[in-house]
Amino acid sequence: MTELTTRLDNQPAIDPDLPPDPSRRTWVATACAVGGVAGVATAVPFVGSFAPSEKARAAGAPVEVDVSGIAPGELRTVEWRGKPVWLMRRTAAQLADLKTLDSKLADPDSDRPGYTPDFAKNEHRSRTPDLFVAIGICTHLGCSPTPELAPTPVPGVPSDWKGGYFCPCHGSYFDLAGRVYKNVPAPDNLEVPPYVISDDGGKVIVGIDENDKA
Amino acid sequence: MAGEKTVDTTGLLGWIDRRFPLTVLFRQHMSEYYAPKNFNFWYFFGSLALLVLVIQIVTGIFLVMNYKPDAELAFNSVEYIMREVPWGWFIRYMHSTGASMFFVVVYLHMLRGLFYGSYRKPRELVWIFGVAIFLALMGEAFFGYLLPWGQMSYWGAQVIVNLFSAIPFIGPELAIWIRGDYVVSDATLNRFFAFHVIAIPLVLLGLVVAHLIALHEVGSNNPDGIEIKEGPKDARGVPLDAIPFHPYYSVHDIVGVAGFLIIFAFIMFFTPEMGGFFIEYNNFIPADPLKTPSHIAPVWYFTPFYSMLRATTADFTWILAGGSIVAALGILAKGGLPALWRLLIAIVLVVAAVLMKTIDAKFWGVVVMGGAVVILFFLPWLDQSPVKSIRYRPGWHKFLYAIFIVTFLVLGYLGTQPPNPTFNLLSQVGTVIYLLFFLAMPVWSRLGRFKPVPERLTFRAHK
Repeated sequence: MTELTTRLDNQPAIDPDLPPDPSRRTWVATACAVGGVAGVATAVPFVGSFAPSEKARAAGAPVEVDVSGIAPGELRTVEWRGKPVWLMRRTAAQLADLKTLDSKLADPDSDRPGYTPDFAKNEHRSRTPDLFVAIGICTHLGCSPTPELAPTPVPGVPSDWKGGYFCPCHGSYFDLAGRVYKNVPAPDNLEVPPYVISDDGGKVIVGIDENDKA
Repeated sequence: MAGEKTVDTTGLLGWIDRRFPLTVLFRQHMSEYYAPKNFNFWYFFGSLALLVLVIQIVTGIFLVMNYKPDAELAFNSVEYIMREVPWGWFIRYMHSTGASMFFVVVYLHMLRGLFYGSYRKPRELVWIFGVAIFLALMGEAFFGYLLPWGQMSYWGAQVIVNLFSAIPFIGPELAIWIRGDYVVSDATLNRFFAFHVIAIPLVLLGLVVAHLIALHEVGSNNPDGIEIKEGPKDARGVPLDAIPFHPYYSVHDIVGVAGFLIIFAFIMFFTPEMGGFFIEYNNFIPADPLKTPSHIAPVWYFTPFYSMLRATTADFTWILAGGSIVAALGILAKGGLPALWRLLIAIVLVVAAVLMKTIDAKFWGVVVMGGAVVILFFLPWLDQSPVKSIRYRPGWHKFLYAIFIVTFLVLGYLGTQPPNPTFNLLSQVGTVIYLLFFLAMPVWSRLGRFKPVPERLTFRAHK
């Protein structure tokens, strides 16, 4: 026992004459690479946990709204997926005004992708001309614009506008079909959600289209 | 005993020093850290920033003991702290005042660096760590502002998170991923809480340590912007123009702390909302996801950058695109870089100019806002003046600094105001001035007649 201890004490921990062994480098690199892959793979659950939970996804269920009581010129707000959805019945005069605005609008025919379903690619951006359904969230940075349905003067909007939706956050404004005017911060028309209207026109289901898909 | 160090200290301190370099650290960073002897008023703000950091951490810990990060309970738990928790109002107002004062102190601290060229070689990393601290601080303030769950908390977060949706292709999905929901919701509140109370503070503390280590490695700059280590030294090799940080500046800083705490206490006790600038009035209304307040604006310390975001409309991107083309031509015609580099930079600028008119202005607004902060990282290389300190620069340089400061303040004011055409035009002019100040700095900072720099610090002893 004593003999062994003495021998170890006299020996340096690392032999100074140890020759370099290149094959070890390969293994160090391989171990680092494999460890790195494992590290990245471990990040997946953490990054993934940031996505909406099942509960949040389930809260995206369709909403049924009775629209028979909405008078011409009136707007009602309902909540769908936590967002305000506007249902507004436009008067004949307001519909007539929509036709005169094209030259002032950024995207009068709703050609830009993503915000207008095919069924709403028309002048009034709705299934039936009078009833307008849109998500009341500005396409700029997500504020909820204020409905200014009467053509009253609003600071920051040209005095000749015919009424619509004005976003107080950054001054974007939209016409009564949710079409954005030129040269305001918002790039897109207001989003039209998928919705269907019952056969008698009295009910709207927000959140499904004619194929029953959200 | 084997393995024990021999140290000068005895008793308890000696026992510690044999196991932990306490005395060594104290000497390195306090009693034998030699700083230039001519520090002035502007040098208070570094230690004040550290003080506010401590205030925020301590008050924050006590707030968390009563706050509930839950969309149903958050607003009421803050009111509970304000009305029913003993001294709750005191701790909460100290935290909210501290948030704003943090930015006051940090902005002045950065301005000091700008004046005296404290970011120049060899202090580039001190500055870069500092700008990283500023970024972390902005994140910390933004995450914290959601927690009271008032109208301004909610819609402010909605707007800022939606900034990310402006990024082409991945934007909208990215915004949902950040929120954890289709709108700002309970999930968002919970994760922002986690960021505010642990993630960002940890990063912040690490960066502060790095900032100080880098500073103590290269030594402090001074109002004359000259290197005291290159001047005459005493027998021990200490620069003649230096004094030890402790006790000279530790005591000096106590004067600054006293003055600062008087102002701090005055705000806290008499005007904690600061007329709606420190706590906005709309934030006393609980968050309502269906109704945006008629006027929303971020807290004052974000408003200069927010103004730049709003200024970037479709028309304004013509100016940005035009500016890029002019810059591309300028770099091609002249510049100290090799020809290949100049060509590459020019091509990148022209491509950027084309993209400015093909991608939405919304995206470029975000780029301008982010760029206005990120550009600070490059300041050590943008500034090409032969002297560091503003004291020895041409008179008209001081005039440019004055314009820059006024522009920053005006942009800050405009950001608090509702949008209108005159203000939008003003903020566009302000954005151009802000960007030109930095982007044209490699050109203008070389020009003019510089005054001779002294060999020793200018210092007048107190009588």
